[in-house]
Amino acid sequence: MTEAWLEPAAWLIILPLAWASVAFLAGPGRGARLAILALVAQLGLALELAADLTQRGARMHAVGGWGAPLGIDLMADGLSAVMLLLTQAVALPIAVYAQAYFAETHHRHAATWFWPLAGFLLAAMNALFLSADLFNLYVTLELLGLAAVGLVAVGGGTAQITAALRYLLVSLLASGGYLLGVALLYGAYGTVSMTTLAPLAVGQTPLAVWIAAGLMLVGLLAKTALLPFHFWLPPAHGGAPAPVSALLSALVVKASFYLVLRLALGPFAMMTGTAAGLIGVLGASAILWGAWQALRAQRLKQLVAWSTVAQLGYLFLIFPLLAADGLALQAGALQVVAHGLAKAALFAAAGVLMRATGRDTVEGLAGVAGRVPLTLFAFGLAGVSIMGLPPSAGFLAKWLLIDAALKQGQWGWIVVIIVGSLLAAGYIFRVLRQAFLLAPEDSHFQPVPRRLEWVAFVLAAASVLLGLRGAELVALLGVGS
Amino acid sequence: MNRFTRGLAVAVGVALAATLVAALLELPAAAVYLPGAVAQHLAQSGVEHPVTAVLLNFRGWDTLLEVAVLLLALLTLLTLRGSEAPVAEVEAEPLLQGLARKALPLIILMAGYLFWAGAYRPGGAFQAGAVLAAGAVLLHLAGLLPAWAVPGRLLRLGLILGFLVFLAVAAGLLGQGALLQYPPALAGNLILLIEAGLTLSLGLVLAGLFLFVTGRQA
Amino acid sequence: MSTGLLYALSGVGLFMLGAVGVIVLAHLMRKVLAFNVMGSGAFLVLVGLAQRTGQPDPVPQAMVLTGIVVAVAATALALGLARALHARTGGVTLTQGEDGD
Repeated sequence: MTEAWLEPAAWLIILPLAWASVAFLAGPGRGARLAILALVAQLGLALELAADLTQRGARMHAVGGWGAPLGIDLMADGLSAVMLLLTQAVALPIAVYAQAYFAETHHRHAATWFWPLAGFLLAAMNALFLSADLFNLYVTLELLGLAAVGLVAVGGGTAQITAALRYLLVSLLASGGYLLGVALLYGAYGTVSMTTLAPLAVGQTPLAVWIAAGLMLVGLLAKTALLPFHFWLPPAHGGAPAPVSALLSALVVKASFYLVLRLALGPFAMMTGTAAGLIGVLGASAILWGAWQALRAQRLKQLVAWSTVAQLGYLFLIFPLLAADGLALQAGALQVVAHGLAKAALFAAAGVLMRATGRDTVEGLAGVAGRVPLTLFAFGLAGVSIMGLPPSAGFLAKWLLIDAALKQGQWGWIVVIIVGSLLAAGYIFRVLRQAFLLAPEDSHFQPVPRRLEWVAFVLAAASVLLGLRGAELVALLGVGS
Repeated sequence: MNRFTRGLAVAVGVALAATLVAALLELPAAAVYLPGAVAQHLAQSGVEHPVTAVLLNFRGWDTLLEVAVLLLALLTLLTLRGSEAPVAEVEAEPLLQGLARKALPLIILMAGYLFWAGAYRPGGAFQAGAVLAAGAVLLHLAGLLPAWAVPGRLLRLGLILGFLVFLAVAAGLLGQGALLQYPPALAGNLILLIEAGLTLSLGLVLAGLFLFVTGRQA
Repeated sequence: MSTGLLYALSGVGLFMLGAVGVIVLAHLMRKVLAFNVMGSGAFLVLVGLAQRTGQPDPVPQAMVLTGIVVAVAATALALGLARALHARTGGVTLTQGEDGD
């Protein structure tokens, strides 16, 4: 790309902001078709950016033309490109799903301002993945947090408003910690640009900077719902309408994880190195506790939400294993992508199952296998990736993680990974088994739009098939690192 | 929350504050000195006041996204509407009404001044918008302006216009080499255009944060 | 000790006071007020610490303006949600344990 005005990184942020605004202007409930069209373009832009990066390496875009530290830099490297690709690749099918999902009169209220909220949510994520400025990242974090809270509340029920309020308070407390950290860093170094700051932080690290790192990391871990900060996630993700749950669980929690990783690879390498063991232990506990709660959950969407708590745990196992060979980093990125696609598929399928049975319980699934076989197949396929069976992307991620642990002789993590996979198999098969039981006499099923079923299937298939293309993803990840 | 966790939170807070105070007392001077860079480039920024230059030019990207944050809060509050019964309007007080009528022209004048002053002294679109919004709230409390229902097309346009202008300028300047890269000759006028749009829209948005919520039984 | 540093130290105190308040207080209105105290503390640190040498610095001042607007948006959203919750349940606190399966 030679012409400045076609810069894909810039348009990946401008475009969703624009369609969110136009959707608001168009009025309540409007904007679905525009969003889908724009998301096709965004997916194209993300692919173009990825292709461009592979050819020419990482690059900066100095907003305003000033350049850091006076101005704000956008930076695109392999890690950002992977996150951007995942975001657009999940958002497009979910938008197609949401259009059909909200067409039902029953869900009209939830759809009133869904499209502008979703547009701002996607813009916030794209802006976050591209920013190289710690204060600008604070603004994108708040934009993302408020959009996510708005989407949780979109259903308007008491449980949803309670979940949204709790989510908002956790989110504000967390970004408050992050902001205080940024204030301390500016005081210590006089800049908030990550590129300017990273060498300074390595050279001279006063106590205030250690505290800043601690405040920022704890805040981000709370936003990522790492145990023991996971309590807000199951009600928020499990209570929202299905397309919202899919966006939140597949993408939003990954954004704060991405930032933890970015800081750990950049200015806070030393601090995360010190705390790596603790972060790993928290991740391991999340894997076991989340899966255990998913096994016990009575409601289907709660089960899927607890599965998110468990699967996020794997992401934090990479911190004690980060090494020069890059294995753990690759495992982390693959797990982000695999879980993103698979979890979007699971929530999309859960939405179909709830629609078909008319209720949100695991028990009520009896007999549903005969009615929506495609959806059940999608649930199983996504389950393959969640459990980490070959040839799925989830398998590749967990395999790389085990490989990294073996190379460093850290056997304990391997046990956790394997037990976590067994527990995951437990809760996935619990759903499948129930669905294949005979339907009780008094049960009746509602018809479901075919489009909802196909979206769940496409996402699930992608999460499995991506395992075959892992090498390309790893190559892209290597750009600029 | 039981007494133990409460005590723990207080203890952690106090310990952290004490450590932080100790850390700040021994913090060495910063390596980078940005005020120098701001002063050096102020002439090309299009405005004379350094804070406005940072807000609308050097770090204008933050400001663009921050307007979106306000719009998001408004959108969510709009989502929550509809399920609650409206209450009867409060009885109007003649004294308050008279005061509000007298104050309104002054409020508009004040907002206009703040908007204009932003270029060379403390002021700007956010302050002006806040004053306008306060005027709308005052009118509502005096019973002269009803609470807002679902926004019509014109109100929606007013709410989003400032953001759309800002966004269009940011994207339109991509041809200059980067987002929001003002050509120095046009910088002043473009910033004025953005600030004008923002003054109107932020006034409406901030007023909306109150007027879309009020007037219902809580 | 310079004025800037004094502001920063008071900011640390306010931040911790507010943060503990958000966690410990039960009434939603108090939580929202505590959040604002916490935010003001962070803003004081941002501006005060940067100006501890006595030189004014417009960069953190602009950042704080941005931060204030974000805090206004968050406060409005929290109050709106709290009102909606009160309208539905009559409660003014987040009770633990619902959706707890």
